[in-house]
Amino acid sequence: MSDTSATRTSTAKSASSGGFSIGRLLLEGRAFFALIAIIAVFSFLSPNYFTVGNFLIMASHVAIFGILAIGMLLVILNGGIDLSVGSILALSGVIAGALMQGVELSTFGVILYPPVWAVVVLTCAFGGFVGAINGVLIAWFRVPAFVATLGVMYVARGVALLMTNGLTYNNLSGRPELGNTGWDWLGFNRLAGVPISVLVLAALAILTGVMLSRSAFGRWLYASGGNERAADLSGVPVKRVQIIVYTLSGVLSAIAGLVLSSQLTSAGPTAGTTYELTAIAAVVIGGAALTGGRGTVRGTMLGAFVIGFLSDGLVIIGVSSYWQTVFTGAVIVLAVLMNSIQYGGRGRKN
Amino acid sequence: MSAATAKVQRGDVVLAARNMAKSYGSVHALKGVNFDIHHGQVTTLFGENGAGKSTLMKILSGVVLPTAGQIILDGQPVVLSSSTDARNRGISIIHQELSLAPNLSVRDNIFMGREIMGSTGVDFAEEERQVRKLMTDLEEDIDPLTLVEDLRLGQQQIVEIARALSVDSRILIMDEPTSALSATEVDILFKVIRDLTSKGVSIVYISHHLEEALQITDHAVVLRDGMLTASAPRAGIDLDWIVRNMVGENYDLGSPPTGHAFGDVALSVRDLSVPDPKGAGFNLVDRLSLDVRAGEIVCIYGLMGAGRTELLETLAGRLRASGGQVVLEGREISHLPIAERIARGLALVPEDRQRDGLVQTMTVGQNLSLASIRSFTRGFFTHRRMEDRIVDETIRKVTVKTSGGAAAIGSLSGGNQQKVVIGKMLATNPKVMLLDEPSRGIDIGAKAEVFRLLAEGARQGLAVVYSTSEVGECLSIAHRIIVMHKGRISAEFDSTVTKEKIMAASGESVAA
Repeated sequence: MSDTSATRTSTAKSASSGGFSIGRLLLEGRAFFALIAIIAVFSFLSPNYFTVGNFLIMASHVAIFGILAIGMLLVILNGGIDLSVGSILALSGVIAGALMQGVELSTFGVILYPPVWAVVVLTCAFGGFVGAINGVLIAWFRVPAFVATLGVMYVARGVALLMTNGLTYNNLSGRPELGNTGWDWLGFNRLAGVPISVLVLAALAILTGVMLSRSAFGRWLYASGGNERAADLSGVPVKRVQIIVYTLSGVLSAIAGLVLSSQLTSAGPTAGTTYELTAIAAVVIGGAALTGGRGTVRGTMLGAFVIGFLSDGLVIIGVSSYWQTVFTGAVIVLAVLMNSIQYGGRGRKN
Repeated sequence: MSAATAKVQRGDVVLAARNMAKSYGSVHALKGVNFDIHHGQVTTLFGENGAGKSTLMKILSGVVLPTAGQIILDGQPVVLSSSTDARNRGISIIHQELSLAPNLSVRDNIFMGREIMGSTGVDFAEEERQVRKLMTDLEEDIDPLTLVEDLRLGQQQIVEIARALSVDSRILIMDEPTSALSATEVDILFKVIRDLTSKGVSIVYISHHLEEALQITDHAVVLRDGMLTASAPRAGIDLDWIVRNMVGENYDLGSPPTGHAFGDVALSVRDLSVPDPKGAGFNLVDRLSLDVRAGEIVCIYGLMGAGRTELLETLAGRLRASGGQVVLEGREISHLPIAERIARGLALVPEDRQRDGLVQTMTVGQNLSLASIRSFTRGFFTHRRMEDRIVDETIRKVTVKTSGGAAAIGSLSGGNQQKVVIGKMLATNPKVMLLDEPSRGIDIGAKAEVFRLLAEGARQGLAVVYSTSEVGECLSIAHRIIVMHKGRISAEFDSTVTKEKIMAASGESVAA
């Protein structure tokens, strides 16, 4: 499974921008070799690790922050950062939960139970709206990305807590007579044996990869992340690009929120706490530069799988969860170290 | 220090650089230069942008290490490994770009990195006393506790000078110390310099204000293209000698293209004003009007701060005008964003190509096609073959020396990078091309090629406006020369004008 997911994400980017230099191959190869090493070591340590069933389970875990990481990649390519993704994930889940409980229109004295597809669309739109707030704050009001998204992170989390009074929506399965069943489809169903959440991740990765490598918007994104002033003077609508990027990150957070609450068949206001950091870690391990302009979807997916397979592997062989934190941290630092070595010696040499 | 060098006579060589060479990758900034600094005298270094002056000074002050060559200090070969090393040997430098921390006070800036320590930490009182003394010497009324960001540019330059003076160095290098100073401040600086030389301090002085530098110099050294072209004591030189050696006898950047008729007015500027973003009520461009016809090449000459960059950036849409009109081919474009102006045929090649021109993280090809993405986008997707065709065509047209579109932008020399920026804008099929100092930091061969390219464009009906601070470049391909001074057009000439007339109109000779 790990192989198919790796090739799937790589098909997303193999049609990538222009030439295929050795340098880029090495850069992304690093995360790839790390993934192979992790799989090899844990397969050796535990007989249960190297099974199709386990890979599918692990991949469905990766799906959540893999989706977040795609949004984070877009933001980081733009030279920004989005700390609010974990909170938007939770708030989206809560909003979806509230919609599933029915919307009471008191003036008409009726309770509307929207079908699941409508809940999904509304929730994604809402996530995009919150993301757009980030974007407008950053692009038009020149609030630093770190501060703007930090603020939205708190506000979104607070609103989620207020809406539920700190409690969790548990009864998301809907009722047949109301016509809103099927909530668990995202989280539990499988297509040809593959969890839907993994397919969603793959589809989003491929879409984003194509967008980055083949669309004008992708080129604008790389350019304005690499040098905003030069992009601006070349006629790139840098502000619009910035707002779209944060909006997309918001939508992707909402999708991740839907997948998570579907997997849990419950939506809690404290879901996804610190997920923004995991997403940033995946992007960084995948070789993207925090200064903007460098990075690929393929790398980010590898980064997400490295983190996911590592922490699940540690659970399987029975290592304390405290050690997982230590290992994850070490991997992140190592990745950034190698990134800076790679980028540092680059400009002049070739 | 005069005690330590009692045997040294005024005019003796205290520091000698022998066969200095410095290369940055494939760019040779210095090609074996010999340079002497004389005890108690002012040595002036002349040369155009990119001639290697600043590189030489960075080597002598320990900021960069030379690729080859030897530095002999007091007869002993030395290696200046860092600027601290150089400072400890008595060499200090006033950099061309201000290197002050705007959030700190004048006092803290002057003693940054070498604070005077008392028994209970930094001895602020002593520092303050010394700063006051320095400011009295410089006849400048600046309080030591003022924040540097609250000072105007000229005062900041004074602080920079005071910092260099506070070190008690015996060799002081001044790289364009007067670029932001008023005439009175320059006079005071010169008084300080004479005072220093009489105490035995040796000065190296670099300035674009030729006449101003002539007042103070004892020895003149001229660099061109990283090589020493002439050196002589004050008695043997005049303005003409400097200009001749700076630009070279057979300095030919082409002549105005002839044989084609000018078309209609392509760009018309009416009463354009651009306010200073910092100071209220002060205009960087002041009610300026200008017409450029299709096929015409106009050169804008002016000193630093004359408003050339602001004018061009406002025309391109980067800066906002406070009044006036910009009309492109009969249609008003003052309200349009940059992208729309490019689409209508107005393109700017910015002054600072690293900061404003290139995206370092992208390839040569991606940089070349950046401004014309829309022309090869079909629906959602960019069309790879159409893009490749545009890139290949442009590389051929502007003769970029590169292994191909996929090469890293950092692998190109300065001149070729500049051609990429120009090519990027030419690929948008502009009607009017604005170029801000297109020859900055590129060698003479690349300059000639850039101008040939512009002349070629004009022949095909392109209206070209380029700015420069090198008089020689005005007298090359331009049909018309406009001199800017303090945001206004101070003079307008045709291509038969002399260098002296242009310089006089720019305020160059009255600066001191």
